Amino acid sequence: MTKLLEWVFGVSVIGAAWALVTFDLLNLRLPVAYKEVAWPMPVYLLVVFGCYSLATVGYRVATFNDCEEASKELQDQIKEAKEDLRKKGLKM
Amino acid sequence: MASRKGSHQSRGNGDKYSVLLPTYNERENLPLIVWLLVKYFGESGYNYEIIVIDDGSPDGTLEVAEQLQKIYGEDKILLRPRAKKLGLGTAYIHGIKHATGNYVFIMDADLSHHPKFIPEFIEKQREGGYDLVSGTRYRGDGGVYGWDLRRKLISRGANYVTQVLLRPGASDLTGSFRLYKKEVLESLVERCVSKGYVFQMEMIVRARQGNYTVGEVPISFVDRVYGESKLGGNEIVSFLKGLLTLFATT
Repeated sequence: MTKLLEWVFGVSVIGAAWALVTFDLLNLRLPVAYKEVAWPMPVYLLVVFGCYSLATVGYRVATFNDCEEASKELQDQIKEAKEDLRKKGLKM
Repeated sequence: MASRKGSHQSRGNGDKYSVLLPTYNERENLPLIVWLLVKYFGESGYNYEIIVIDDGSPDGTLEVAEQLQKIYGEDKILLRPRAKKLGLGTAYIHGIKHATGNYVFIMDADLSHHPKFIPEFIEKQREGGYDLVSGTRYRGDGGVYGWDLRRKLISRGANYVTQVLLRPGASDLTGSFRLYKKEVLESLVERCVSKGYVFQMEMIVRARQGNYTVGEVPISFVDRVYGESKLGGNEIVSFLKGLLTLFATT
């Protein structure tokens, strides 16, 4: 199954469950409280997911390692390499 | 295998590592990356060869490669040039054809990937018997030098979207510093159809599909050319298109 199909399947199952409870499709006569809680769930979950995404990406950007030493080490090694290659006869 | 100077024993268990270096206008960087590869492979004692795949660079990269061949030997530096700039996937296919190693490294020739991580890749691969080991900028002490906030935001944002949609089981999908078992690389390259960033993503996604095991090594990515190769709107759009294609087809 492709990822797209997995999503379509997952959303369909959740969507069906939501519709079942919110609109009482099977005439289960569930307490009103269930319907009141279920009804805004899709929007609520989207908002929660949106906030989680922003927080996660924000955290990852803030903690993205800056490799200062790696750059300095590279600069030093470039000098060393150029010297050594010159000695070995490389014409640059 | 001949023993080497110093206390390092030759890791003579028959493994050989072929490093594929596709180049285009890397006249300045090629000698430096080769020097670093020779240094770190030499110190670690692993058997290796470097395969330079130059796509007809107008700046004379091939001539520099020939000089390097004279300095380091034709058994260590192999030249497999092509007439013009063709894709990365075909460069790998072309390079593998004459590779005598049973493992293959792929990496950038512009010094953004540092050969000092090569022993770590090899040890990681041996530790878990992985089919492929991917260098990651996003985990452990991996990281980047030379990126501004905008670039970091785009990078992390794109990676997050990719993780949500594809759940690939690897933290850095667009990275191109990797170690593959040769037969795994051959098998994957044939199946991949995308270009650019998405090609590297597709390789990992297809690896997971094929039940290949993937290990990770944190690496530092030193971006020295970011002034020239800005990440523009076009690239972002084609990345998203590629991502959605993978989402719908894998």
